[in-house]
Amino acid sequence: MVSFWDGYLWPGIVIVAQCVALIVPLLIAVAYLTLFERKVMAAMMLRRGPNVVGAFGLLQPFADGLKFLVKETVIPAGANKVVFLIAPMLTFVLAMIAWAVIPVSAGVVLSDINVGVLYLFAISSLGVYGIIMAGWASNSRYAFLGALRSSAQMVSYEVSMGFIIITVLLCVGSLNMSKIVEAQRDLWFAIPLFPMFVIFFISTLAETNRHPFDLPEAESELVAGYQIEYSAFAFALFMLGEYANMILMSAFTAILFLGGWLPPLDIAPFNWIPGFVWFAIKIVILLFVFIWVRATLPRYRYDQLMRIGWKFFLPLSLLWVVLTASAIVAFGWYPSKA
Amino acid sequence: MIIPEIAFYLFSVVAIASAFMVVAARNPVHSVLFLILTFFNAAGLFVLLGAEFLAMILVIVYVGAVAVLFLFVVMMLDINFVELRQGFLQYMPVGVAIGIVLLIELVFVLGTWVIVPEAKVFAEAPPPANVTNTHALGQILYTEYVYLFQAAGLVLLVAMVGAIVLTLRTREGVRRQSAFAQTHRRREDAIEIKKVLPGQGA
Amino acid sequence: MSTMLAEYLPILIFLGISIVMVTVMLGASYVIARQRPDSEKNAPYECGFEAFGDARRPFDVRFYLVAILFIIFDLEVAFLFPWAVSLGEVGLFGFWSMMVFLGVLTVGFIYEWKKGALEWD
Repeated sequence: MVSFWDGYLWPGIVIVAQCVALIVPLLIAVAYLTLFERKVMAAMMLRRGPNVVGAFGLLQPFADGLKFLVKETVIPAGANKVVFLIAPMLTFVLAMIAWAVIPVSAGVVLSDINVGVLYLFAISSLGVYGIIMAGWASNSRYAFLGALRSSAQMVSYEVSMGFIIITVLLCVGSLNMSKIVEAQRDLWFAIPLFPMFVIFFISTLAETNRHPFDLPEAESELVAGYQIEYSAFAFALFMLGEYANMILMSAFTAILFLGGWLPPLDIAPFNWIPGFVWFAIKIVILLFVFIWVRATLPRYRYDQLMRIGWKFFLPLSLLWVVLTASAIVAFGWYPSKA
Repeated sequence: MIIPEIAFYLFSVVAIASAFMVVAARNPVHSVLFLILTFFNAAGLFVLLGAEFLAMILVIVYVGAVAVLFLFVVMMLDINFVELRQGFLQYMPVGVAIGIVLLIELVFVLGTWVIVPEAKVFAEAPPPANVTNTHALGQILYTEYVYLFQAAGLVLLVAMVGAIVLTLRTREGVRRQSAFAQTHRRREDAIEIKKVLPGQGA
Repeated sequence: MSTMLAEYLPILIFLGISIVMVTVMLGASYVIARQRPDSEKNAPYECGFEAFGDARRPFDVRFYLVAILFIIFDLEVAFLFPWAVSLGEVGLFGFWSMMVFLGVLTVGFIYEWKKGALEWD
């Protein structure tokens, strides 16, 4: 029995505990991101934002969650019930499991796989299914249109995201997330690859269907797009998934360009602060920009959105791949073998 | 250790069951969704074999891109699939005949299959440590297999051109936005200041 | 179990935990809340109108074209991944080999641009 305990049960318990230690803070972060968004937007619009439930509205996210829980789950008559319910579950599960490869601090990662970047790229490319399935299963015209738009939009921006990831990988020489962060010890990639950093950030806005690229939802024309027929917790799962994806994409940007858990300068007052705090600060700053953009910019028109993706971001990021590779080969700046 | 075995049987059983459902599902969209599940489990099997790069590429390319296209096509086709299903029995003999021919061919192939004696040596040799399979692929794909690699590029080019030739149709009378023209508009091109005297009009 | 597989086990367990968690949340909401469906409530939303026919209609072929172009570029990216991590080892020949590959696809890209396949109207 000792070997069974040592071989299976104890490692199993450790892994489950690690998963819980990842999921719980993540869910709390998602809950407070909704509040953060409402508060920041309110401040930018000279309003107060939620301030009734708890001090400064701090309990508002839980009140919202509770309300979602006690609402009726309406499933439209013409809907395809199983697919209809799987779609929000899929969206949320994908937003969760992507976190398995994100290193929150030096060596602190649930699974340190060799192909971490590919895993994240794969998971983010699956996000489109939650939306297509929701749109198709709802059997509602708005939902269907929203889903079509959204899927075309997401795939369009994924291409340039892929090329940008390649430029970073050229400077790293590994697909492992921790190695990508370690390669930025001397210089964050946001500095030499600044245009790619900007394009990547804008692409993440499109990838998470956020303003100014929130055409799938487009309240003024599609009412709520693919989410229109959803209610109660099925709807809540879409919201949670969307916000978890925002945090995920911010974390991905922080790892690729802003040096993940590394302090800005490796000198005394900065490197006293533990790594995950730096990581969290970077994520919060990026999330603030997400919200800032939402409060500032009007929505893009669909043809403009597609034009930026295919005619501007794609050629530019492809060109940057060639330039980066040429510079590395010409000057012999090959990444050192870690 | 038993966990990889459990995982292997889990992935295989789900893969086979969902592959069966791809054929058996009444609704074509369900078929595509089951196909996606099959791809996933195939990716899991790749991981168990140690081919992590291939597993991820399988998910990225097949699930993330090809299956999206399948879903689009299936959702776009305006065919009454219930009617189509009724014709199923009618074509059954042809289908069975083709299946049998394929099966016989497979048996012939398997019958003449010869395993090279050296293969056993390679199979037993452990994969070199410290070389991830992405690196291993990168080291030979672009140099040793350069012709195949360039051929793949040409195939992609043909696919790109083919897709455009087949599906592109330009609509008449569409006014497109030209961002370049918009931003290069000067004030002088757009407005003209006229002095209007009272009582005379412009 | 090799160390590589050991790294993947947490992902599998994490996936399992997430699926269980989501099912419990959705199920709890279904059980706790009072479910009283009626035909008006379950009708698809169409701004107050009765729904005209089936919502799943054929749509513009352009979406299909975008999906195909996406597959092609996605494959291109897939070819770039091993190249990016092993650029130091493949040397100048590997570099030029990829440049030729990208050049061929750039020809395709220019073709589709000139043909107007990237226009959306």
